[in-house]
Amino acid sequence: MRAAAERAFMTTSTTTYTASELLAVMSAGLLCDGQVVFAGVGIPLLAATLAQRLHAPGLTILFEGGTIGAFVEPGKLPPSTNEQRCTRRANMVLSSTDVLLLLQRGYVDIGFMGGAQIDQYGNLNSSFIGDPQHPTSRLPGSGGGNDIASLTQMIVAMRHEKRRFVKKVDFVTSPGFLAGDNSRCDAGLVAGGMYRVVTDLGMLGFDERSKRMELLALHPGVTADQVQQNTGFELLIASEVPVTNPPTENELAALRHLDPDRIYTA
Amino acid sequence: MLTLAYNELRRRTGERDRSLREKVMSLEAAAALVPDGASVGIGGSTLSRTPMAMIWALIRAGRKELVCARSITSSEGELLLASGASRHVLTSWFSQGIVWGVSRIMRLYTEGNRARFEEWSHMAVGLRFRAGAMGVPFLPMRSMMGSDVVAQLPDTRQIDCPFTGEKLVLVPALNPEFALIHVQRCDAYGNAQIDGLPFMDLDLAMAANRVILTTERIVSNDQIRRAPDQTKIPFLTVDAVVEVPFGSAPHECYGLYEPLFKHLDAYAAQLRQNPEEGIAAYLERFFYGPKSWTEYLDLLGLEELLDASRRGKSIYDD
Repeated sequence: MRAAAERAFMTTSTTTYTASELLAVMSAGLLCDGQVVFAGVGIPLLAATLAQRLHAPGLTILFEGGTIGAFVEPGKLPPSTNEQRCTRRANMVLSSTDVLLLLQRGYVDIGFMGGAQIDQYGNLNSSFIGDPQHPTSRLPGSGGGNDIASLTQMIVAMRHEKRRFVKKVDFVTSPGFLAGDNSRCDAGLVAGGMYRVVTDLGMLGFDERSKRMELLALHPGVTADQVQQNTGFELLIASEVPVTNPPTENELAALRHLDPDRIYTA
Repeated sequence: MLTLAYNELRRRTGERDRSLREKVMSLEAAAALVPDGASVGIGGSTLSRTPMAMIWALIRAGRKELVCARSITSSEGELLLASGASRHVLTSWFSQGIVWGVSRIMRLYTEGNRARFEEWSHMAVGLRFRAGAMGVPFLPMRSMMGSDVVAQLPDTRQIDCPFTGEKLVLVPALNPEFALIHVQRCDAYGNAQIDGLPFMDLDLAMAANRVILTTERIVSNDQIRRAPDQTKIPFLTVDAVVEVPFGSAPHECYGLYEPLFKHLDAYAAQLRQNPEEGIAAYLERFFYGPKSWTEYLDLLGLEELLDASRRGKSIYDD
């Protein structure tokens, strides 16, 4: 597990952190220096900024509002990816359509989003809970989510709950591997796909052939049974499931410096 | 579907007075240009450069059945629905903002079938405006395929590319009857300079059949001509110019003021308790109550406006 290996420091058992902080630190660990990452608002924005400050100073962060090369200031997190705070010390601003077209043209290595509901093939739903014709709950919708998930490799950071990890999403807002196997490619989505799902319980990936979700690593103190119990479908479990290193004092301090008011990490 | 046949698009453009002429008018006069039932493209995105003063004026004028299209829709969308000015919002994302949770008003109106939230991907909205700006009936794109977003949009087509055989989705041009766009400054002719994020506003201006600009201030044509590279919207697309200081408040205008966060927090809290009564009371107090935009700003309060200005201008600090 690359993320675990890269996080060389051990930490004392006295370190405490919230589930959101764990998510932010663990997903930041997946981003590499030199990559171009398209980050959504919330934990992704925070984790990408954290990676940029810790181990990936050459990470280029794009926001769908139109920012290229964001360098978000500590304590000044934007309320969405469309406000002036996103542009502080950036390399460029351009139209939101054009920054999204960079995805289509193939300039982006990683898309990084949160998720409300995900299924065994990594399809994300942020549109409807229940029957889309008569929903129990209408959610805010795709935003750039569909475009990002359609056009590049994806990291998703989300809470691991049974109601969020379902066998089949009520509505495919942002495509993962659709119905598995080659169905994504057959639908016309010839590039990208789900790479990792980072949760507060562990790290997940997708089987190369079937495209089903697979447990790759556990966070400290979590068992594979516990992950399965919090998942609404049968998970594949890698032959070896290592344990990730917990967030270090250094990582948590950097994270809390970025989000002192806990806007995204409450 | 908001896509016009090309000869109709050209006919409407041909009828417009595109000469270099002064177009300055009051907020009320500009609102009177927009009839009930009009399709309206709204500039900016989420909390940024929202043409709030124009929306405020349309709601005060009792406008009905507007079809509103915007890249991402925030509290202005809630106010358009709750005031009865619109029952159809075309957008990619609709809630006040992630930090305030899912919009209760959006939920109430869409779940109860009192309004339509027509969801397209963000890039699809952008390419629809761009096709409209280009004078072509559609553009091809590579996202949305295989998803339920495209499955529930009858106004899309999937094709095999005639050159490569690859699968593509076609999204139709969006040529709204009106564009409402707020800018930092423009001249009396409508040469508009935009600082910071441009969002989809140039495409929107070129796609629309008429453009109403609101601006923080009107500058001279001489000043525009000293830096033509800063002009982002050409005057010949513009039909009305209205000077409205703090015209996006309580949202932000790049480099001038950030969002009025205390006001937006209080608004969200008021809606959380009882969405319908909360927003009705908000509309009464801030939209219908004030006699003028200045009185509205008075209600927002000098302290918050000054704080938002200080934060807004700080983007230029080292």
